[in-house]
Amino acid sequence: MTSHARTPVSGSSDPTAATVLAAADVARIVDRMAHQIIENIARPTAAGGSFEAVLLGIPTRGVPLAHRLASRIAVFADVHLPVGSLDITLYRDDLRLRGVRPLGETIEPEGGVTGKTVILVDDVFYSGRSTRAALDAVADLGRPRAVQLAVLVDRGHRELPIRADYVGKNIPTSPSQRVRVSLAETDGSDSVHLVEAATTEEGEL
Amino acid sequence: MSIVIKGAAPLGGAPVDVLVDGGVIAEVGTNLSGDQTIDGTGLVLLPGFVDLHTHLREPGREDAETIATGSAAAALGGFTAVHAMANTNPVADTAEIVEQVARLGAAAGLVDVRPVGAVSHGLAGETLAEIGNMARSAAAVRVFSDDGTCVHDARLMRRALEYVKPFDAVIAQHAQDPRLADHSACAHEGPVSGRLGLPGWPAVAEESIIARDVMLAEHTGSRLHICHVSTGGSVEVIRWAKSRGIDVTAEVTPHHLLLTVDLITGYDPVYKVNPPLRPAADVEALRAGLADGTIDAVATDHAPHASHDKDHAFGEAAFGMLGLETALGVVAEAMVNTGLLDWAGVADRMSVRPAVIGRVAGHGRPIAAGQPANLTLIDPSGSLLVDPAAQASLSRNTPFAGHTLPTRVVATLLRGRPTVLDSGLAEAVSA
Amino acid sequence: MKHLLSAGDLDRDEALAILDTATQMHAIQTREVKKLPPLRGRTIVNLFFEDSTRTRSSFEIAGKWLSADVINVSAKGSSVSKGESLRDTVLTVAAMGVDALVVRHHASGAVQQLAGWVDCHVVNAGDGTHEHPTQALLDAYTLRSRLGDLADRHVVIVGDVTHSRVARSNVLLLNTLGARVTLVAPPTLMPSGVASWPCTTSWDLDATLSGKEHGDVDAVMMLRVQRERMSGGYFPTEREYAIGYGLSPRRLDLLAEHAPVLHPGPMNRGLEISSAAADGLRSMVLDQVQAGVAVRMAVLYRLLSGAADSSTGSEVTV
Repeated sequence: MTSHARTPVSGSSDPTAATVLAAADVARIVDRMAHQIIENIARPTAAGGSFEAVLLGIPTRGVPLAHRLASRIAVFADVHLPVGSLDITLYRDDLRLRGVRPLGETIEPEGGVTGKTVILVDDVFYSGRSTRAALDAVADLGRPRAVQLAVLVDRGHRELPIRADYVGKNIPTSPSQRVRVSLAETDGSDSVHLVEAATTEEGEL
Repeated sequence: MSIVIKGAAPLGGAPVDVLVDGGVIAEVGTNLSGDQTIDGTGLVLLPGFVDLHTHLREPGREDAETIATGSAAAALGGFTAVHAMANTNPVADTAEIVEQVARLGAAAGLVDVRPVGAVSHGLAGETLAEIGNMARSAAAVRVFSDDGTCVHDARLMRRALEYVKPFDAVIAQHAQDPRLADHSACAHEGPVSGRLGLPGWPAVAEESIIARDVMLAEHTGSRLHICHVSTGGSVEVIRWAKSRGIDVTAEVTPHHLLLTVDLITGYDPVYKVNPPLRPAADVEALRAGLADGTIDAVATDHAPHASHDKDHAFGEAAFGMLGLETALGVVAEAMVNTGLLDWAGVADRMSVRPAVIGRVAGHGRPIAAGQPANLTLIDPSGSLLVDPAAQASLSRNTPFAGHTLPTRVVATLLRGRPTVLDSGLAEAVSA
Repeated sequence: MKHLLSAGDLDRDEALAILDTATQMHAIQTREVKKLPPLRGRTIVNLFFEDSTRTRSSFEIAGKWLSADVINVSAKGSSVSKGESLRDTVLTVAAMGVDALVVRHHASGAVQQLAGWVDCHVVNAGDGTHEHPTQALLDAYTLRSRLGDLADRHVVIVGDVTHSRVARSNVLLLNTLGARVTLVAPPTLMPSGVASWPCTTSWDLDATLSGKEHGDVDAVMMLRVQRERMSGGYFPTEREYAIGYGLSPRRLDLLAEHAPVLHPGPMNRGLEISSAAADGLRSMVLDQVQAGVAVRMAVLYRLLSGAADSSTGSEVTV
């Protein structure tokens, strides 16, 4: 492994970038995912009103997505799911394939994860390796009752036996392409682009 | 068998032929011929160098150097006489030891090995060694030194200076006040030592001892020699003492003429030497002192060390660096190429004056008919790429590894017999 | 980054990256499961030529919490006296398939020297009176946790600066982080050439702490003074040292309210630091110890987690 230089991608000015989802599409998809989550798991308990599920965003863009889902769930169902963030850097299986990675933030959701249904939230679902790392990371936080996965985009090319429970949009891609998700919180505006990468990369996670 | 050196320039003057026969210079003239001819065209002929300060390590540390290997290194460096320092194991503090050293030197036959006797018994700095017996022995010791440690006790130093007077001998002082620079002191005390966290070796530890000792020499009317002067302040004190008529002489090492303290920044023990490398201002003062004669001689302080004594943390590694094979090149770079000394000056500081200080008969003589043929032929336009593995010394601790030094020793003659020819040891030496 | 030998090796970005990583590592220490997987399969040897229970344990815990195999090798006693050269000792240990050496040595520069002999990563855990870069990092971490950004903060370091590797590393790192440093010591304990260091100096602790001499003080760091310095003539008596340079309760009151007190330990109570200062609300001595593990985790992570040849490469930011 000698070079992992990543082709810099500079927004919509990139001639090879094709818009897959616009801001309005992203908002609509998030709403739909929120409804699906409510239907599936957000059931009141006997104790009254509390939902035994938490949202755990995977940095970077999984975290604002988790917060958006939480706020839409709050609007639609008037329930407030705890939100946390789960940095998976230290659990990745490709740490030694690249330069040193800076760490993201891990914030346990209020009340922890033990006994809860944990919904992992990520922007792009690809090889499944990020999810595997996230499953390990969650296990070190506690013992959830169940773990589910919510992703904004599923681009295929799984390398591990892992599936998502909530998929915003399936986008067929070739391995040479990159899916670039932009969110207002991290990038200024919402969109999803498909980019032709100049160099083939080994496993975008 | 006679040898003629054709067309070499004595002391850098006009080229002549020099005929060597029967161990002496038979004739200096033109169109001379002999049984063997050495082409001296473009070369400079100098009296063989005399080193006042050499560590040959034998007896005791024959893994680092022997009298034979050190003699070979000396011959290759253009030397015809060396002074073997007394800090061997056992210490050269009796007639028996110094005679053995002289005998082994004669057996090697490459340079005249003049043993230095210890000033104090066992170099302990407490009681006098058998100075008289060593002086009267077959080795006829004329230089006494505790080099490696300082004769720090003022009373003992005074007694030593007085005691050697009947023998016309000299006390060569390693000037280092052990209270100001103890055994752990290993770096010139200043910004570099402060930053590196290395125990400082302040200039004043040398200068204060020299100041004391020149006054003792004046008081006793004795001969004093200062080993490896390393600071500008020391040069000033010696200059003052000489102007006062005190019988003091001094030497400087080649490395102190060229290397500066900043080299130790990487903690490479090859640069660990005692006294330590000093700042550039001191180097300048030493060069000026050598040029104006305040410092009389260049002396190598050739200090071979086995690699297992150098491959330690800087503070724990052995002090010292090799010097014999690189001395001329360093002096040429520091003094000749800078215009501070001409070749006659080099002959004076590397041969004439050290021979006088050490009372070494037959060395440092003029290049003239009837004089002993102790000669060095050098190529002033040649150069020497320093390769530690190719040196004759058993040790490798040269700070000049990989450097190219100016000039080259072409041939060395000891009493008319070539010890070095074509810049290599003369294998078949006929008497 | 291949090695961490001197605090001066760190530029501002790298220093901040270590401190930020340490923040995340610190958060993990409050969890039930403290072990993290990134250095699984890596071997770290703590090679200590000088005893130091505190630093060695800290590195050992840091390595273990990152899932590295950590082996402690005590090479105490001068290798000179054992007849083995430092080079032999180090090459022998390195030949066992080690990924990183964490080295403490009693001689200045020894760690820098041996880094040139081995292929693995080398971390300086303190060399003689030269440097102790991870101590400086944990001090900076501790200071940041109390003061926030250290830019333009004024840190006063008091005591035996001449013989302190902590002071040397702190001056370098704090300077890199934009802080101002003033060293306070009697002239006998001020290193030669200190005027060329990137800091100011003073012989007067009262004038410095009160801000009269070099401006308002944001933090004070007391250095350990070894009692054997008295025999070296560096100061006359413990009593006189404590009166001149100890952090007494009276001097504590000279400090601004926000200013913390640090000490690298072990403390000489009653000599350089009073119990009031050591145990008071300003004291961050235990925070320093706790930060030590997080900072060393961060250093080991940043040295060892990337690709083998990524030491000079640029960082991937995904």
